[in-house]
Amino acid sequence: MAKTKSEPLFHIAKRADMTLKKAILIRVVAIVAALILCAIITMITTGLNPLSVYGSMANGAFGTVRKSWITAQDTSILLLIALALTPAFKMKFWNIGGEGQVLVGALATSAVMLKLAPYLPHPALVAVMLVAAILAGGIWGVLPAICKAKWNTNETLFTLMMNYIATQLTAFYIIVWEYPKGAGKVGIINADTELGWLPRIGNFIGGKYVLTIFIAVLTTVAMFAYLYYSKQGYEICVVGESENTARYVGINVGKVIIRTMFISGAICGLTGFILVAGVHQTITTSLVGGQGFTAVMVSWLAKFNPLIMIFASLLIVFLKKGAGEVASSCGLNESFSEILTGIIIFFIIGCEFFIRYKIVFNKKSAKGGNGNV
Amino acid sequence: MGNTKPDNSRIPAVQMKNITKRFGLVTANSGVNLELYKGEILALLGENGSGKTTLMNMLCGLYFPDEGEILINGKPATIASPKDSFSYGIGMVHQHFKLIDVLSAAENIVLGLDEKLDIKKAGAKIREICDKYGFDVDPNQKIYDMSVSQKQTVEIVKVLYRGADILILDEPTAVLTPQETEKLFAVLRKMKEDNKAIIIITHKMHEVESLSDRVAVLRKGKYIGDMRTADTNAAEMTDMMVGRKVVLNIMRPEPVNPKDRILVNGLTVKSEDGITKLKNVSFTIRSGEILGIAGISGCGQKELLEAIAGLQVVESGSIEYVDDKGKREQLLGKDPKQIRDMGVGLSFVPEDRLGMGLVGNMDLTDNMMLRSYENGRGPFTDRKGPQRLAQSVVNELEVVTPGLSTPVRSLSGGNVQKILVGREIASAPKVLLTAYAVRGLDINASYTIYDLINEQKKAGVAVVYVGEDLDVLMELSDRILVLCGGEVSGILDGRTADRQEVGALMTKVGGNSDGKN
Repeated sequence: MAKTKSEPLFHIAKRADMTLKKAILIRVVAIVAALILCAIITMITTGLNPLSVYGSMANGAFGTVRKSWITAQDTSILLLIALALTPAFKMKFWNIGGEGQVLVGALATSAVMLKLAPYLPHPALVAVMLVAAILAGGIWGVLPAICKAKWNTNETLFTLMMNYIATQLTAFYIIVWEYPKGAGKVGIINADTELGWLPRIGNFIGGKYVLTIFIAVLTTVAMFAYLYYSKQGYEICVVGESENTARYVGINVGKVIIRTMFISGAICGLTGFILVAGVHQTITTSLVGGQGFTAVMVSWLAKFNPLIMIFASLLIVFLKKGAGEVASSCGLNESFSEILTGIIIFFIIGCEFFIRYKIVFNKKSAKGGNGNV
Repeated sequence: MGNTKPDNSRIPAVQMKNITKRFGLVTANSGVNLELYKGEILALLGENGSGKTTLMNMLCGLYFPDEGEILINGKPATIASPKDSFSYGIGMVHQHFKLIDVLSAAENIVLGLDEKLDIKKAGAKIREICDKYGFDVDPNQKIYDMSVSQKQTVEIVKVLYRGADILILDEPTAVLTPQETEKLFAVLRKMKEDNKAIIIITHKMHEVESLSDRVAVLRKGKYIGDMRTADTNAAEMTDMMVGRKVVLNIMRPEPVNPKDRILVNGLTVKSEDGITKLKNVSFTIRSGEILGIAGISGCGQKELLEAIAGLQVVESGSIEYVDDKGKREQLLGKDPKQIRDMGVGLSFVPEDRLGMGLVGNMDLTDNMMLRSYENGRGPFTDRKGPQRLAQSVVNELEVVTPGLSTPVRSLSGGNVQKILVGREIASAPKVLLTAYAVRGLDINASYTIYDLINEQKKAGVAVVYVGEDLDVLMELSDRILVLCGGEVSGILDGRTADRQEVGALMTKVGGNSDGKN
């Protein structure tokens, strides 16, 4: 009844701990392979020289000093949102409401900026804006957390829905605050007085961006220390791995969930504050532009390690900038460059498999195998 | 019946030749040779982490060997998936059941089969199998309504339904009561008569002696040897497993200055769905003494310990802690952390080991820190202390691990348990509540744990020991509290109690011990 089957050609085995050097090498090989594949696709479909396509990608991100600074700023923004989501993810609380949490932060900032500018001196105004943004983002994060802690609701749906509420709320206030009347948008807030705007630092070309970058760096270091060396970070980890164990050692699980989501929302709110006060000086419903979701990918790509997130967000921003540049300078539409982006990200994620496992080919002289026993 | 001696000229049903399997740096099996004949029960012995389960998983298609060859009925076989394994007539009943709770027994049994789905016909075939071997399964009963032993029966029937004639059972008795175990053995003996080949993994020596025809021993992934059960004894088998002489007896030092430590009075506990789990339970836990708790599984032991540790909502009654000066303090209403800070440690080993008490994905150091992470300065944790503790637990309890930064999940069950018990004892508790501390542990490790518990007793700790093995319970405990259906059916002196008496109290209908499972 049992038929003899031939041995499979290969099987998959777990790797021994590999050296960091080798792991990096695998990643580099993956990126090179992705670039080669992209080059082939580019040549076949467009007939363009792939090198020039790559050239214009790099040009889009780092072509000029200003472009480089803007790339750094955008990286910082994406990094901040990814950092915000990370403690929640480590707790296995799937916060995909980053988009909305950033937006309400931005909304609160704009409200304070518009309504309190006549009554407060500049530094006090900025401080109030900051507090309002953090609270707004925090509340947006805490609401799903409370419901999760009390009634075990599904946080994924809840945080997702909160995004739509944030968008609609913003749309509503944009009409209330529209300027000039009938424009359907808010316009630059306090354009004449520059009240509530984050200051330039120094008189060089990057002065406008330094503060944002500085805040991102600070937050990265703080988040790293928080997650890996603080008691609260440890609690987050335990709750994420096993709620039963957490309960058993006396951790108040509900409290940790709520506290962590406040932190998560608060950092999102902070990012909203930077977007309004430091970058755009206005508010639109598309202010966050999907970065709340992109950040989910950044956080996962970096395996929740804040330091690696710097590179992950830089990569994503670089690809996006490059895509835009390719679209305009090579006369291709943006979808083409997004195909390239997709291929590259696929390779980067795919190579993780080869870091964790190896493929062993079965070298056996078929059935007769009695030579060495 | 008489055919207990495998005739060497026969072709083995299973022959594993020179099997090697590595996981990363860990070599789980190295050059293992194993033979299994039709109509025999082979007991596979080895300490925790000696590679028994890994070896069996290669037979049932979960793992693929890195090196070596498997022959089924004398022909080379390639088992790359569980499906291949079925096609060779191999069936495995795993330690952790692989059943779907919301489906019925019959649905679980036919799950994954290619044949046309016909539950009625399947039900008839299941009944036929049950009648043949003496199982008791209702094909239409849902899994979530079943007791552990019923679930196991479903697993075995599932394997037989698929026409398996080579059966592997991984620690099947670990979760069974003595009566259920006897029933299972009767079934296994019938299967043997039916010319099936059976491998059983177990740590309980008296089971090996009463059931198996032959034993094979693994040690640290290597094949040590095999022999006829009739020609050997528990001591010799243990020595082979451990690799040196082991003394098998449990000490019972005299209680050290026993004083009342915890007074439980009229404790009543209901489960979330309103079923009474404990009814008017009263007893005293004394320092320097081991209180054993005996009872059929699921008759309230878990709830009792959890109530004392503050993890269980209590309906009525009181639990008072008496400190050294005789001052009484109510434990009810305190949260688990406060209770632990008073020195009441719970070392609870749940059925899945990692469900409570340890975090599988964390390394040894971080798991040690679960108890002490709040001791760090300011908002930060201190990993030095936990690291030292982890090292000393590894050294003293002989934990087999590649290092302190290995995730606990990748260690074998027994080693995981040593870490858990080691940590609880290290926190120098006043009261040590242990449940199933040796569940799934090999004999050598079990005795290490008994010694540790005795040391705690000698140090004046009040120990509560919930265990499954009645013999051990009676050798270890100073007093034995017997629970039956959530009620105390007796408190006996451990030195004078006899097995019959305890067994009778375990099943004595003090109220309504039957009716629920």
